[in-house]
Amino acid sequence: MRDLSIRVHGARERLLRSVSLAVAAGEVHGLVGESGAGKSMIGKAILGILPRAVEVVAGQILLDGTDLLTLPPTERRRRIGASCALIPQDPLTALNPSRRIAPQITDRLVDILGWDRAKADARALALLGEVQIADPARVLRAYPHELSGGMRQRILIASAFAAEPKLIVADEPTTALDVTVQKQILRLIAGLQARQRTALLFVTHDLGVVSKVCQRLSVLYAGHVVEDTDVRRFFASPRHAYSRALLAATPKYTDPESSLIPVPDAVIEAVRAEVASADRSWHG
Amino acid sequence: MDKLYEVRDLRLSLADLTAKPLLGPAPRIEILKGLSFDVPRGAIIGIVGGSGSGKSTLGRALVRLLEPSGGSIRFADTDITHLNAASLRPLRRRFQMIFQDPMSALNPRHRVGTIIGNPLALHGIDNIASRVAEALDHVGLPRLLARRYPHELSGGQRQRVGIARAIALMPEFILADEIVSGLDVSTQAQVLQLLERLVADLGLTLAFISHDLSVIRRLCQRVIVLHQGQIVEEAATADLFAAPQSAYTRDLLDAIPLPDPDQIWV
Amino acid sequence: MADRIGDGRGQVRRRAGARLWLSAVWLGLLVLGALLAPWIAPKDPLAQDLFLGRLPPFWLAGAEPGYWLGTDSLGRDVASRILHGARVALTVALVAGSVTCVIGATLGLLAGVLRGWVDLVISRLIDIWMAFPPILFSILLIAVLGPGLWSIIIAIVVIDWTRFARVIRAEAMAQGAMDYVASAEVAGRGLASTMWAEILPNVLPTIVVLLTLEMGIAVIVEAILSFVNLSISTDDPTWGGMIAEGRTSIHQAWWVLVFPLFTLFLTVLAFSQLGEGLKDHYDPVLR
Repeated sequence: MRDLSIRVHGARERLLRSVSLAVAAGEVHGLVGESGAGKSMIGKAILGILPRAVEVVAGQILLDGTDLLTLPPTERRRRIGASCALIPQDPLTALNPSRRIAPQITDRLVDILGWDRAKADARALALLGEVQIADPARVLRAYPHELSGGMRQRILIASAFAAEPKLIVADEPTTALDVTVQKQILRLIAGLQARQRTALLFVTHDLGVVSKVCQRLSVLYAGHVVEDTDVRRFFASPRHAYSRALLAATPKYTDPESSLIPVPDAVIEAVRAEVASADRSWHG
Repeated sequence: MDKLYEVRDLRLSLADLTAKPLLGPAPRIEILKGLSFDVPRGAIIGIVGGSGSGKSTLGRALVRLLEPSGGSIRFADTDITHLNAASLRPLRRRFQMIFQDPMSALNPRHRVGTIIGNPLALHGIDNIASRVAEALDHVGLPRLLARRYPHELSGGQRQRVGIARAIALMPEFILADEIVSGLDVSTQAQVLQLLERLVADLGLTLAFISHDLSVIRRLCQRVIVLHQGQIVEEAATADLFAAPQSAYTRDLLDAIPLPDPDQIWV
Repeated sequence: MADRIGDGRGQVRRRAGARLWLSAVWLGLLVLGALLAPWIAPKDPLAQDLFLGRLPPFWLAGAEPGYWLGTDSLGRDVASRILHGARVALTVALVAGSVTCVIGATLGLLAGVLRGWVDLVISRLIDIWMAFPPILFSILLIAVLGPGLWSIIIAIVVIDWTRFARVIRAEAMAQGAMDYVASAEVAGRGLASTMWAEILPNVLPTIVVLLTLEMGIAVIVEAILSFVNLSISTDDPTWGGMIAEGRTSIHQAWWVLVFPLFTLFLTVLAFSQLGEGLKDHYDPVLR
């Protein structure tokens, strides 16, 4: 992604301010920020599912060297459908409650990728096994409401990895889950990602999770990239004041006195000033 | 030490309406299966567990939003287990609750001042306007927010209004039910800092329900770990983290992703 | 983000303002006209004059001064009849609408908030009641009670209260599950007080919309009943009756059908828009 800026039609403020980030093949890149920072928007921009009220005003989204934004809409959808996938945040609403599980996995493979039904069914069965669902045949025949949140998330993960996409956008996939279930799910995602060498854009607000699954990360504030660096360097010593403040605010039970510290007003002021000056130089 | 709450063999079951036969009562699901613990006056205790552990149910039982099916709850030497609404009323100003979801916890059609002031009016307290202003001061919100509606406030501000409402009555005990779970990391830190200060300033006893052990580490002196409706461990915070006794507690601790790439985890 | 909300809010507010005022004005005029009909109607609505039959409205050739909207086949002034017809229509609308609302909303609120056996009884009652085919039910009622204004009102109330009860019950259930209700309980508020002060304000917008909708429906039901001659028994003009009569002379005197029909349409539309406008006007989110 190069210098991507998006905003609501007719609004003055940009939702994403010249965001640049790069995800190499097989790499896991974390996107961190508070709510409203724009992390979900980045994922949606890549997948071409931005809300209708939002428009791209500048920048490029390059997938394997081709700028998706310059392609005609049908071609763009085809490319994205063929090589990208999404692991959504909320397992409750991401599955259609009135259809069984099996078609929800296989339809995409059959309709968009042109597989034949038998091959898709076999793949779905195999995948559910890979995400460690016991009795996958029964689950395939079940309806979403019959399954737990953790199981639904596994199905969504299986679905995303089904066609061996080049890039997966994981939008806060474990935010709604218990901490023990989160660990299992993260293990799963990491395992599948490593095996298929998928590039993964991992959106989250939890720095703890980032330190476990990501190799690089970008910190966002109000749609502006504040820091973009590799994970080891970040946690050893974050460069930007805002990043340091976020880290200090993150709960660490091994060091309770130095965690859960609110972000100082001075730091917020400073980063807001940074954003404002970025706005000024953009229009200028 | 003065015990504010004494809970003995607390049991609570709720009707499972999805399995109700056509005629006759619905089968009951046991949620709390015999809990016993004390809450000393002035303590901050953490109640932790996964979803389905019964922690929210326990919280609601403590403030008598739910009636226990067995066992007893004593609040300041009064048995409140089966008191009816009328008998509970005078006691209610002594124990209050802060809710998880500030969107649904504040009536969208009432102004903030009304939301905080209603409990005061209910208990016949005068000087409502000044008490409301005081409560807003305590939680660090500008006084003029009283004229606003909840939807005009941010999530963090709404949560503070919920806290202001709870402290306005000057209760002895407050139950905080996952009040920082939906919040940003920095807002969470602010709210917790606020809570720490209020407990010290107002001499409150606090029961803090959470699924996040890290938050509990910072805030609470004692921890109760719930699993499937039973207490699997109860200890002073430092002891629990240093040497967890139960397997479930160890699982919980192991599952927490610390922001440290060197932690052996995945 | 703020801009996006601002745009939407502005649009809705502009629409709500226009909608509210236009419908309020129309209904206000209608009410005024209905109240003052005996004094301001240009002619006697019942006076027949066969020599002045089928006069066109004032802008067409052959019109007589004083008969602004023309006359019907019996020489009766259309404008005066419409004005007098409004008395019946509005009486039915306001009385039937309000009574239906009060009964239905109260039962719905009780069922939704109290749950348990109260909800069980009320819900079963609604289900059974709704199983009766409404048109037949109303005709049966009127046959038993005899034609007349009160019969129509009773018929509408008896049939339509279930509409309110169902919807309000759902709303009340949703609101009752909210944490602010639990918070009121923790503060020590009694159940009745909670229903009135906490839940009702949140259910009120739906009630208002349904109420005005019901008023519109009441007007139409009355028109249908007078169309089939099951309405009031006297010769007093009703819009439905006028439409029925106008049907036969539609080719020679279209105005006898069109004007009451148009008035009926505008009135029902005004009621529905009034409801939406009021709901939006009092919604704190849009203020």
